[in-house]
Amino acid sequence: MERYRILPHTADGKFQAFGKTLGEAFGNAALAMSSLMFDWTEVEPRARHFIHVRGTDREQLLVKFLGEIVYLLDTKKFLLGKVDGLRIRPEFEGFSLEAVLAGETLSDRHELHGGVKAVTYHELKIEECDGFTVQVVVDM
Amino acid sequence: MDLRKIGDNIWEIAKQGEMRVPALIYSSARLLEDIRRDMTLTQARNVACLPGIERMSYVMPDAHQGYGFPIGGVAAFDLDGGIISPGGVGYDINCGVRLLKTDYTETDVAAKRKELLAEIFKEVPAGVGKGGVTKLSRSVLKEILVKGAEWAVENGYGRKEDLERTEEHGRMEDAATDGISDRAMERGIPQLGTLGSGNHFLEIQKVHEIYDDAAARAFGIRAPGQVLVMVHCGSRGLGHQVATDYIESMASAFGVKGLPDRELVHAPFKSAEGQRYYRSMCAAVNYAFANRQMIAHWVRDVFARVLGSAKGIDQIYDVCHNVAKVETHDVDGRPKRLVVHRKGATRSFGPGRPEVTECYRSAGQPVIIPGSMGTASFVLAGTPEAESLSWSSTAHGAGRVMSRHEAMRRFRGEKIRDDLARRGIELRSTSWKGVAEEAAEAYKDVDEVVRVSHEVGLGRLVAKVVPVGVMKG
Repeated sequence: MERYRILPHTADGKFQAFGKTLGEAFGNAALAMSSLMFDWTEVEPRARHFIHVRGTDREQLLVKFLGEIVYLLDTKKFLLGKVDGLRIRPEFEGFSLEAVLAGETLSDRHELHGGVKAVTYHELKIEECDGFTVQVVVDM
Repeated sequence: MDLRKIGDNIWEIAKQGEMRVPALIYSSARLLEDIRRDMTLTQARNVACLPGIERMSYVMPDAHQGYGFPIGGVAAFDLDGGIISPGGVGYDINCGVRLLKTDYTETDVAAKRKELLAEIFKEVPAGVGKGGVTKLSRSVLKEILVKGAEWAVENGYGRKEDLERTEEHGRMEDAATDGISDRAMERGIPQLGTLGSGNHFLEIQKVHEIYDDAAARAFGIRAPGQVLVMVHCGSRGLGHQVATDYIESMASAFGVKGLPDRELVHAPFKSAEGQRYYRSMCAAVNYAFANRQMIAHWVRDVFARVLGSAKGIDQIYDVCHNVAKVETHDVDGRPKRLVVHRKGATRSFGPGRPEVTECYRSAGQPVIIPGSMGTASFVLAGTPEAESLSWSSTAHGAGRVMSRHEAMRRFRGEKIRDDLARRGIELRSTSWKGVAEEAAEAYKDVDEVVRVSHEVGLGRLVAKVVPVGVMKG
């Protein structure tokens, strides 16, 4: 199954990510977003960051989850290579997500060809039809 | 969409449905073809529906689709009944341009051009994930957020007179740090004094042509061949996080139901949430002013080291093109204070505006419009007509027409470098893929953008400058 597809967008980055479950689609969205900045297949899982985010709806949960990756790159120079143990759970008001992000610290070995400034709600879609498709536009 | 031509290079979307005011597009027929291809016009119409909007929802000639508001959108809102929206400012708060003039000519730097660029490349951190050279404490960062470029000058980065030649004198007085999240601070600390990536760049340029001698002279632009330096960057991760935070918090406070786009989320300007965003945005603006102030200082250092002197390297001006500001404008013949959102648009105050520093008061405010990588950039002057045309605003750059992905597929960074080299333009970058993404072909024709601006009267053409050395983040 195709993990994600990069879509044309004039100014920024747009992609769709797919998964049998919502969690899998979210994980693939994280890799899709990373692919706009660097080649995540070259990143080895040397460092791990446990993350936990909450969202009032699935859209906000996705924006916040991807926001974690932007934040870790900006503040810890962390490059994502793999998403482990991603779990989405319904909560009293909305959803929560837990995952372990595996990757390594930016070094001369990597080429960063773009930076994601922010994850947006613009044209954000979460669709369920024979699995899940999520669509995201990020500001670059 | 129903678009009516109402003048040369002026098009209108009449008030319809929930629109409170019409939308007005300043564009040539050619630029309009690009504008019509994406969601720009729908977004301009959405902006026209927001509470408290005055007069028009304006679209500048370089407009393209943004989030919520279009890039190249200008809208002003009543302070009492109106709103403020992070989507009307953009993620890169105070993304802007600084232009320095030198007393050097093209011939003076010809032999040292490579070295100059190499040294600047070493001195100014650029690219994604490149930290600044200054290790900041949180308390110093807070001081920077309050004082902006003033902090930089007080700490040895540049000269006092640079401040007068910066929009807002390099400091938004309304800034406050209590609404800035820890996350925004954390993203801001390692990135102060860095160029960043994407369309941000630093160029060594030369004057190519002067259109308006008097204004050029006032700005310190003397003759073709004179060397200038342009810096294009913004508030880095700190500003992006402030925008992200307030898009979330305004959605929680006021909801997003009924909004055609969640990024149009807004708060009444005078509400607690609206004020918290406004003051935090001002702080991010200040961060960007300090950022460009430091970078300009390092540029002077390099010129001094390589060419022997930084004498005569004076700042022409520094403009923000992603900002919301409280300004006084003429509404139905009376002065009124409004919160003017300029998202991908440059302020263009005409002669006589008190906000413009004394030395430019007869020429009008310098407006700096950067082109795409390797193409021309322009210096314009603000006009008196812009007041009634666009709340004293004009375009901010070339504006993309091709996606980054498509550009990366079509072009190769190394080839672009070689092509530029053949035209006598040196290029340094942290990423060749990044260079491909910024290929000139991926952008609108900036010459056409400034021509429309000049003909309509949004900004008057003063000079055309072309690059001799490009450093891309």
